[in-house]
Amino acid sequence: MRTAEPPRSLRPGWALRGLRSLAPALSNFLLQPGGGSADFAYREPGPSAHRRFCELLPQEHRSTEESLHTRVSLEQILSLPELKANPFKERICRVFSTSPARDSLSFEDFLDLLSVFSDTATPDLKSHYAFRIFDFDDDGTLNREDLSQLVNCLTGPGEDTQLSASEMKQLIDNILEESDIDRDGTINLSEFQHVISRSPDFASSFKIVL
Amino acid sequence: MSLRSRRTMTGSPARTTRVKSMTPSTSSSRSRASSGRQALVGPEDAAAYSTATLRILASMPSRTIGRSRGAIISQYYNRTVRLRRRVSRPQLGGVGRSARPSLRLYDLELDPAALEEEEKRSLLVKELQSLTVAQRGHMLKGMPLGLAEKRSLREESRTLTGKPRERRGRRGLFPCCGWLRDTCVLALHGLGLWLLAGLHGLKPWRYALKRIGGQFGSSVLSYFLFLKTLLAFNALLLLPLLAFVVGVQAAFPPPASPGPVPAFTGLELLTGGGRLTHTVMYYGYYSNSTLNPPCVPAPDGGQCGRETDGLPYNMPLAYLFTVGGAFFITCITLVYSMSHSFGESYRVGSTSGVHAITVFCSWDHKVTQRRASRLQHDNIRTHLKELLAEGQLRQGPRSVCGRLRQVAVLGLVWLLCLAITLGCTVAVYAFSELMIQSPVSAEQGGALLALPVVVCLLNLGAPYLYRGLAALERHDSPVLQVYVAVCRNLILKMVILGILCYHWLGRRVGALRDQCWENFVGQELYRLMVLDFIFILLDTLFGELVWRLISERKLKRKEKPEFDIAGNVLELIYGQTLTWLGVLFAPLLPAVQIIKLVFLFYIKKTSLMANCQAPRRPWLASHMSTVFISLLCFPSFLGAAVFLCYAVWQVKPSSTCGPFRTLDTMYEAGKVWVRRLEKAGPRVSWLPWVHRYLVENTFPVYLVSALLLAVIYLNIQVVKGQRKVICLLREQISNEGEDKIFLINKLHSVYEKKERSRGGRTQEAERLEEDPDAR
Repeated sequence: MRTAEPPRSLRPGWALRGLRSLAPALSNFLLQPGGGSADFAYREPGPSAHRRFCELLPQEHRSTEESLHTRVSLEQILSLPELKANPFKERICRVFSTSPARDSLSFEDFLDLLSVFSDTATPDLKSHYAFRIFDFDDDGTLNREDLSQLVNCLTGPGEDTQLSASEMKQLIDNILEESDIDRDGTINLSEFQHVISRSPDFASSFKIVL
Repeated sequence: MSLRSRRTMTGSPARTTRVKSMTPSTSSSRSRASSGRQALVGPEDAAAYSTATLRILASMPSRTIGRSRGAIISQYYNRTVRLRRRVSRPQLGGVGRSARPSLRLYDLELDPAALEEEEKRSLLVKELQSLTVAQRGHMLKGMPLGLAEKRSLREESRTLTGKPRERRGRRGLFPCCGWLRDTCVLALHGLGLWLLAGLHGLKPWRYALKRIGGQFGSSVLSYFLFLKTLLAFNALLLLPLLAFVVGVQAAFPPPASPGPVPAFTGLELLTGGGRLTHTVMYYGYYSNSTLNPPCVPAPDGGQCGRETDGLPYNMPLAYLFTVGGAFFITCITLVYSMSHSFGESYRVGSTSGVHAITVFCSWDHKVTQRRASRLQHDNIRTHLKELLAEGQLRQGPRSVCGRLRQVAVLGLVWLLCLAITLGCTVAVYAFSELMIQSPVSAEQGGALLALPVVVCLLNLGAPYLYRGLAALERHDSPVLQVYVAVCRNLILKMVILGILCYHWLGRRVGALRDQCWENFVGQELYRLMVLDFIFILLDTLFGELVWRLISERKLKRKEKPEFDIAGNVLELIYGQTLTWLGVLFAPLLPAVQIIKLVFLFYIKKTSLMANCQAPRRPWLASHMSTVFISLLCFPSFLGAAVFLCYAVWQVKPSSTCGPFRTLDTMYEAGKVWVRRLEKAGPRVSWLPWVHRYLVENTFPVYLVSALLLAVIYLNIQVVKGQRKVICLLREQISNEGEDKIFLINKLHSVYEKKERSRGGRTQEAERLEEDPDAR
């Protein structure tokens, strides 16, 4: 095992039991210098995240060696209770997925997801990922289609819950009026972060607790 | 003449005309364009862009910063450099006058001289190495890169400079030592984790709060967090009192009071009298002398007994200073937490941009239940519709008649509410006078409960009347309605408490001249607290449980009653005010409050889970917490502090009980001590000097107030300045945006010309092909 500066924080109560019971491979993974648990934003997940991730894998891949390298399909991640009721669950999974087809998550991606949504992530980091989640067509800006899709996600599934066309247009015009500072018809990352910085509630609402 | 040529001929002019008419009529940003600004060809004309233009647009820095790894690395490289140099603005010295600083911050990917990504990365690593470990960790934490990426950056930036390499070399000689060191380090780390985990698990009610947040959202959660805060305040108040007053007096009990000790009946828990009167619970138990006095040897030279060894303890002084000190600490903590909460929830310019903030920030990802999620959808939809309607209303013209009518209705409702408040106040006053006229002895325990019951009934009933009256008025914004309701309830409670304070300090002191009036006041406050708790229980039972049963069975409605956050919080603040009012007369009252709050948490949580649903009104949780803490500080704590100051400085303590029985005012105990210090000698003469010139003199008070006003004025000016700067920056950015649009359109027209000329040449070539003789 490589010598390591001990990672400072793996807080959950079962951390110690988890560490001891994990195979050296996982300990190696987590305790490497700069390993997943150091003072990045990974304080709260850790072995509990690993446990939840393993539950999603088929039985034969549940050993610790394999679980670090196997990928879980999108449908299975979407079945997690914390994500089931979230209207942005698909976008969240796609943003954090590193596979070429953006349809599966590895354990590292899963940890990434949990760390951004945890208490310890900076508001800057959260707003960066929020922007990527809201950018439905992945073109780097929020244009009118992105915004209207976003509003439809928020108001609820189903035809009867959506706003009428005129209301939608009025709303998007208002949003662009308020946040599009350079008047190009789209909201880019800096403008988005500027809007977010004015809302003190964002950091506490952009949180998923395992 | 082929169709092809005709098509190309008709095709391009149409495109050019579309391009030429890019200004006002066709673009989507019509309103902005009407002021004469440039406008981008709208998305419906996106097909008009050539692929070259589209490619350039897609690689604009403002669009790639969110996606491209190289851009992120560049951005953080620049931030790290800035951090290292510790200047907040980038150096402009090396930048040419015509260059735009904003573009230089991002390496343009089209720039052929731009560094390759690997080089950028190595630059970043070099910069990270020069930071301290804490700064490096902080910087890495904020980077929006993947886990593997961050790990490798960290590994590389931790690269060994000189010494660690040596250490490693030496260790290489003793491989077993290395393994031993690793094991020890891991073991210690494991121990540390275990301790941390224990502390984490000790956090009270963590799982319960998570469930509440997941099911009801942040607004209901803010009520329970406020309850937890109050628990902390009470614990802070109780500990010094336990240590310096209650504990010491319990260790050295005063001589037993004459007369038989009354038997313990259950009624004492309600009235606070009877058996509990002569215990550490109340002011009257505490002695007015020095406890454990130093032994004065008898004149015949006898020895002192062993048990009188130890420090003497001046009880009156300890009582006064402990209560004063505990209040002072509470004041500082309250003001600090209020300013901290205010700092977190208020942003300059946060009142504008309500639509954008609602759409981007209002989804609470903590909510995991499907039902709660559906409720959130409904809430957000309603809120958006209300916002749009408000916007329409503000734009629409308002008739003078309508406005006058609205103002009249508002005035009438306020008048009625104030009249109800006045009525309640007069009722309490009259009833308290009645209680004084017909004196009740301690035996008739039941009759002592009459005044507290009346007060609690009024506090319970009047808010329902207010709610009924509020249905008449119609406010523009629902949030304002909530604030108005909170205001009215607060006025009622504070005025009733004011009348009661006058009744105790003004009338009871006179009526109970030769008895222990402080004990009586302490018991009254205890009774008020206990009955308040009982009435809250009844209100929860009937307001929530029974109402839900009725609405489900009889009215057949699917909706559960809403959890009334404002009303419940006001009840908590009222209970805390009672505690603060009574601390001087009953030092163990914070302990009673702690027990009450713990019970309240479980009862409210159970009732919430079983009977209620989250409120429909959109609550900004952070604003609400700020409002709660401010209400706790200003009417509640301030009133209690004023009451305390008046009781200590102006009222004559009773002469038969308590630690101040021989003095004119409670404050005199302090003065006596200072005089004794003056006589003690020159070495402690600074203390009386401080007392005379800083405490009793009024000049320092004026000086401190003037300084405070100056600081407040300075802060206001700073905020104004920040607002101006923000306006200027916005203007600058929108000017830059105009430039950008101009350049894009120019670029587009250049490509168009190229396409056209190429098209013209191919057309020419085709024509020549078909008809070589045409030339």
